[in-house]
Amino acid sequence: MKMVTAENVCYTYWKTVEQADGTSAQKEVNALCGVSLSIEKGSFTAILGHNGSGKSTFAKQINALLIPTEGTIWVDGMCTSEAGMLWEIRKKAGMVFQNPDNQLVATVVEEDVAFGPENLGMPPADIRKTVEDSLLRVGMTEYAKAAPSHLSGGQKQRIAIAGILAMKPDCIVLDEPTAMLDPGGRKEVMETLHRLNKQEGITIVLITHYMEEAVQADQVFVMDDGKLVLSGMPKEVFSQVKRLKGYGLDVPQVTELADALRQEGVDLPADILTVEEMVGALCRLQSTI
Amino acid sequence: MSITINHLTHIYNAGTTFEKKALDDVSLEIQDGEFIGLIGHTGSGKSTLIQHLNGLVAPTSGEILLNGENIHQDKNRLKEVRRRVGLVFQYPEHQLFEMTVYKDVAFGPTNLKFSEDKIRKNTISALEAVGLGEEYYDQSPFDLSGGQKRRTAIAGILAMEPEVLILDEPTAGLDPKGREEILSLIQEMHQKRKMTVILVSHSMEDVAKMAERIVVMHQGKVVMNGTPKEIFSCVEELEKMGLAAPQVSYVVRALREKGFPISPDIFTVEEAKNALLALLPHNS
Repeated sequence: MKMVTAENVCYTYWKTVEQADGTSAQKEVNALCGVSLSIEKGSFTAILGHNGSGKSTFAKQINALLIPTEGTIWVDGMCTSEAGMLWEIRKKAGMVFQNPDNQLVATVVEEDVAFGPENLGMPPADIRKTVEDSLLRVGMTEYAKAAPSHLSGGQKQRIAIAGILAMKPDCIVLDEPTAMLDPGGRKEVMETLHRLNKQEGITIVLITHYMEEAVQADQVFVMDDGKLVLSGMPKEVFSQVKRLKGYGLDVPQVTELADALRQEGVDLPADILTVEEMVGALCRLQSTI
Repeated sequence: MSITINHLTHIYNAGTTFEKKALDDVSLEIQDGEFIGLIGHTGSGKSTLIQHLNGLVAPTSGEILLNGENIHQDKNRLKEVRRRVGLVFQYPEHQLFEMTVYKDVAFGPTNLKFSEDKIRKNTISALEAVGLGEEYYDQSPFDLSGGQKRRTAIAGILAMEPEVLILDEPTAGLDPKGREEILSLIQEMHQKRKMTVILVSHSMEDVAKMAERIVVMHQGKVVMNGTPKEIFSCVEELEKMGLAAPQVSYVVRALREKGFPISPDIFTVEEAKNALLALLPHNS
């Protein structure tokens, strides 16, 4: 079953640019050109690409913040271009953004998490249960009465995720949720996402600049200049070190190390992505001496 | 310019229920022309510390000396301190406000009442330093890419001719290419202009690559202070503080546990490559 299906999705907008003589003109920007892809229900997908490659624009298509100017996108079978489906789609696919300070609205954590279900008109008793349940799922129960401003970045981001969970989505789209966090906060958020994915089957779409995060996904899409240029399992994508660097992306340090060693004639596999794999491969090599 | 921090303590909201000791008896010596990496988890006191260095925040107790002179001794000279110690905040592009890139960069030197000639010279040289050519001068800063916006904001600081450059997470939220641009710009300021640099970062890889010395903060205190080799060979301690080491450090640690004769203080891809080539069979 597909959670998201995109067919030839294009997104074009007009930007006002000021010209040298002081008058303004309209310039056409093609943020997405012919993107076709599908995301399975219950999968963990990472989308990579440099700034301006169109990945955020694509993410906003998934919960109908933007509608394709050409092509179609279906979210759990619902077409985002069809009027009337908007709220159903947004309930189905929740979105978390980069800066937690821009998306927390209340002065108490539990009120912030309650904001979504209140807006959806959920009965108060259900809201209370949902909020408790959502905080438990992100491991923030003990902070229910705390002020968001007193939390760390990782904790704030988990509150933002709880706020989305309270609306009972089947899919969560996250646009660089760890970009502003320290290593500890990054780990907290990633562990939360993987737990929600593995234990509850929530579909996760993660947009990130951190290759180490993308390595843990089921599938990876790489975008460049509004187009989908590379897709596959992390092993298939990250073994193409040169190509990724050409798109302005990095590979994990271990993959880079393996690639550098291979170029010197060391017999290592091309698809090393994690510290464990690297150590394993080196040990096997050592034992053959 | 050398910086000396003596027993610096800062308490926010002193005397209220929100009282918080953000800095706790911090003493630190930074030599002229050094490149310092400052790391620590969110809330460890890094930002409070750097805001003291140009007098934006005053110590609750303790002192900060620039070239041996207490910065708070003469309040009239604080403006001069802020010129000499350039502070680039987190997400500095949020502070862009002028109509054009050129005007935005010229704002600082204009405010400092530099001569027309010097304003022009400094603005042009700062924009050149960050790699923004003449074609950008008349553009709106808001039409630039994320990395370009950030470079414009950094140019605004450089145009005031600081001797110390402090950057609070200058690469946060940028893609790898944008990160690389900013980092090589900082490296150049350090090497060519001999600026003292303090780089605050959550990216251990960036700090490992750039800094000559690393200072680790935890709960308002300086808990570690040493070369990258010394700091990143203490993976366990770093992790306990919510930090990490570069990925290569973890490979090296695991290999040592398996009995590989590899030095524990290796943390860059290049070093690891050379060390492993000496140990492994290869045919080139």
